[in-house]
Amino acid sequence: MMTKQPLISFKNVSKIYNNGTVGLKKVNLDIFQGEFVVIVGLSGAGKSTLLRTINKMHNITDGDITINGESITPLKGKKLCKLRSCIGMIFQNFNLVKRSSVLRNVLIGRVGYYPTWKSVLGIFSPEDKKKAATALQRVNLAEKIYARADELSGGQQQRVAIARVFMQNPKIILADEPVASLDPLTTNAIMDDLKNLNREFKMTVIVNLHSVPLALKYADRIIGLRAGELVYDKTITEVSEQDFKTIYQEEGAIR
Amino acid sequence: MNEIPKRTIIQKYHVRGILITVILSLLLIFSSIMTGVDWSEFFSNLGQFFALLGRMANPDWQYLNVVVQPIIETIQMALLGTTIGTAVAIPFAFLAARNLVKSLLVRGVTRFVLNLVRTLPDLLLAALFVAIVGIGPTAGVWTLAIFSFGMISKLFYETVETIEKGPIEALRAAGANKIQIIVFAVIPQVINNFISYFLYTFEINVRASTVLGYLGAGGIGVFLQRSLSSFRYDQTAVIIIAILIVVVIIDSLSNTLRERLL
Ligand SMILES: Nc1ncnc2c1ncn2[C@@H]1O[C@H](COP(=O)(O)OP(=O)(O)O)[C@@H](O)[C@H]1O
Ligand SMILES: [Mg+2]
Repeated sequence: MMTKQPLISFKNVSKIYNNGTVGLKKVNLDIFQGEFVVIVGLSGAGKSTLLRTINKMHNITDGDITINGESITPLKGKKLCKLRSCIGMIFQNFNLVKRSSVLRNVLIGRVGYYPTWKSVLGIFSPEDKKKAATALQRVNLAEKIYARADELSGGQQQRVAIARVFMQNPKIILADEPVASLDPLTTNAIMDDLKNLNREFKMTVIVNLHSVPLALKYADRIIGLRAGELVYDKTITEVSEQDFKTIYQEEGAIR
Repeated sequence: MNEIPKRTIIQKYHVRGILITVILSLLLIFSSIMTGVDWSEFFSNLGQFFALLGRMANPDWQYLNVVVQPIIETIQMALLGTTIGTAVAIPFAFLAARNLVKSLLVRGVTRFVLNLVRTLPDLLLAALFVAIVGIGPTAGVWTLAIFSFGMISKLFYETVETIEKGPIEALRAAGANKIQIIVFAVIPQVINNFISYFLYTFEINVRASTVLGYLGAGGIGVFLQRSLSSFRYDQTAVIIIAILIVVVIIDSLSNTLRERLL
């Protein structure tokens, strides 16, 4: 019988950093189209590393990662840019260009789709400008379109980052602790924005989170990492709060 | 037990600071002895200095008409030289920046070239270009261009290395290539510093170009040299005053602009 093909597939993936630190250890993982996956684990467990291997911001040292059945390991140059342009990424520190306008920051999500000379001259199509306005409306920042990014609060900056990702029209969204530097109220707004992209556009969302309650509230599926190893993987209906004790156990306590 | 940790003897008596001061003073004294700087001669010649000053006290104001054109030429030389130097320096600065270029080889070679260029004294350059392209402002422009290139490229790549790396990461993750990363993430972060350094270098070049003329590299310096060698100190006085005024105006203009920028 044919099983559904996973969108992203990790096959025995290991990542050892140049300095010898183990980032990931023999990770096997299938993620399917349209899932909202939350990755939890202690700080240093390898969550960021895992996320960044999917868009090759980090290269793996062993194993293979496929997206839609195609290995991404050999991708380089233009092909790599093409892959990245359809994977959105959200960061803990928003990573906006602070001195540029909100509009320009949102359009940045589109540069991967333009020839170099056009983007460099700032020639964006009318449709893309319209789409940028729509993206900002979605996150309730329509009136800030010409503001400078550093005039916005942290929560607003993260929403601009979400608009930037929306511009990419991504199949996959990777969010690395998107709410770690935000207050609880803004946290829910940001998580809702991500959930909406997941529901409305069937975008596959993978989020690293520190907070278990937040993971329980938003995830379809929770994955646990400990010291680079995948130690937990359950859909939200199977999860019990007890489980988190093992994920958050100190490394020393297991041995 | 909440005591402040004890300082070591070396820390307590500022041994290092005192040692450095003593060594530097000794070096200063030795070098003045070895180069044969004769302080008594310096002071006995003060009289001659004041005599010269006296002869300059009656500036030949008519000469101002002659001086205006070469002063403008000096400013133009400085502007052109700074602009050419900066234009060439920009790509080199990006190639030399650690946070943009991962390849040690590319960075190493670029920095080696930049260091080499910076070791060339501007007067040597001027003499060289006068010999190559002949007496005139062209030699001055090339000298200033190369001098600016050396200075600007270093100031620029050091600026590039201080920028936030978050935006670069975001651009990279969105599939941008190197050039797009530079245009969208790097330039907005450094442009104000770049303009500020450009103005600063222009300021220095205006001052430097007055001296370069001395070697025949065009501008007001040529007239300065001519007046001095013909003992027309009344004209020298006019030239010096004119240079001072221009330098003060350009300095304050560029300072005001730079303060606004940063
Ligand atoms: N660039 C790097 N070079 C070397 N070691 C790294 C680097 N990035 C992360 N690490 C190490 O890899 C391990 C996993 O890090 P990370 O993926 O950032 O964990 P998390 O995101 O779960 O906190 C940690 O021990 C960390 O110190
Ligand atoms: Mg992390």
